[in-house]
Amino acid sequence: MSTQEKVIAIIAEQALLTPSDVTPSSSLEDLGIDSMGLVECIFAIEEEFDISVPFNANTPEDSDFDITDVSSIISGIEKLLSQKA
Amino acid sequence: MKRVVITGAGTINALGHSVTSTFEAMREGRSGIGPLEFRDVDRLSIKIGGQVRGFEAEGRFNRQQMTLYDRFTQFTLTAAKEAIAQSGLEFHGELAAKAGVVLGTAGGGVSTWDDNYRSVYEDGKNRVHPFVVPKLMNNAAASHVSMEFNLKGPSFTVSTACASSNHAMAQAFQMIRTGMSPAMITGGSESMLCFGGVKAWEGLRVMSKDACRPFSANRNGMVQGEGAGIFVFEEYEHARARGAEILCEVLGYAMSSDAADIVMPSKQGAARAISGALQDAGLDPGQVAYINAHGTGTAANDKTECAAVADAFGPHADQLMMSSTKSMHGHLIGGTGAVELLACIMALKDGIVAPTIGYEEVDPECALDVVPNEAREVEVDYALSNAFAFGGLNAVLALGRAP
Repeated sequence: MSTQEKVIAIIAEQALLTPSDVTPSSSLEDLGIDSMGLVECIFAIEEEFDISVPFNANTPEDSDFDITDVSSIISGIEKLLSQKA
Repeated sequence: MKRVVITGAGTINALGHSVTSTFEAMREGRSGIGPLEFRDVDRLSIKIGGQVRGFEAEGRFNRQQMTLYDRFTQFTLTAAKEAIAQSGLEFHGELAAKAGVVLGTAGGGVSTWDDNYRSVYEDGKNRVHPFVVPKLMNNAAASHVSMEFNLKGPSFTVSTACASSNHAMAQAFQMIRTGMSPAMITGGSESMLCFGGVKAWEGLRVMSKDACRPFSANRNGMVQGEGAGIFVFEEYEHARARGAEILCEVLGYAMSSDAADIVMPSKQGAARAISGALQDAGLDPGQVAYINAHGTGTAANDKTECAAVADAFGPHADQLMMSSTKSMHGHLIGGTGAVELLACIMALKDGIVAPTIGYEEVDPECALDVVPNEAREVEVDYALSNAFAFGGLNAVLALGRAP
């Protein structure tokens, strides 16, 4: 699976949807994922990719990780993966 | 109904090892928050906390006691000794039979769990010390206080996360008010500052990496503390008859449940507890000069708490002072309401209102007088102490000056 497919699978599982219902332009809000669901998604992403995502639930906008939509989350992860490599 | 007063106070927390030193730090607006020091701290992403420093358990307790006392029990006994000494009470005969201990803690012996899990999982050991269970149980501290001071009345531990101490003190108050007991030892303690304790909190992503800045627009989360606050609650006539020094009066309380969300606070639930405490104490909103806020420094709590205070007090919300001393001692979780009650006592007894330190930027959603950065000298007749827990369980106490 590509990074995109893995991320979409994680988000789809959290949103109780099938991966085909999750598109790169979906926002987490569109998918019905609340703040607790978001924290769970980030945990699952960190476990899947063995990375540490800089995210503080108090100040999401100041975190160096863009959660605007699925595609921004994927590019954030790709950036972290390239830093790791 | 009987009147209830406080005749003894004791504490140990990041600001000091006694009430006097804690008051001094609160007056000066000093922070007790700093780098955490314990095993494996390098594996944490959150590395600050309000840790108790310079506390040598070895000199205070003997070897047998050390095998039974988790750090949260050590803190409790240390603070209880100070409180009971100040009250001057000795528990014999009928007083001993009726006086009990009601304490709050959220986690109990967290470092005992942590140490022994490490031993069996990481080190591969196949046996643990025989007293692990009596050391870690949530009621261990209450039981040891009862044994140490001969308290044979109603005794138990209350566990409602961040509201544990307020719920405990409300119970103790109620027992005296209804005539069940002439004196109760109450308050709470917590000691979660160990690898497993902080690691669990990290997961929620609500912890700050730099400072606890309640109500400040640039706040970025809570900072954990540890310690204990213990009080002697006593029936007023009983205290007066023996000429005891009275620190303040406990006037009433209210408890409520949000019945809504396991972590997100509710304005309505908090406002109901605040209004309920005023009503129980027979106070008009306009009489309250100071509120010790729950004020965790998270985005969610602080704006919800300010909105709840605005709802409960109406226009008077703009006249009162509300500070969060968590900015100095950190969030003591189950022990926090007890240590924060000290700020109310200082306001009522000494006329000094503890500040909210680390305050840098005005937040329009927290537009109350939060006593930013510097303590204030003001006469305070009536005060409230707020606690709003995860799980939506709220408890607010109302206090007044010594009669």
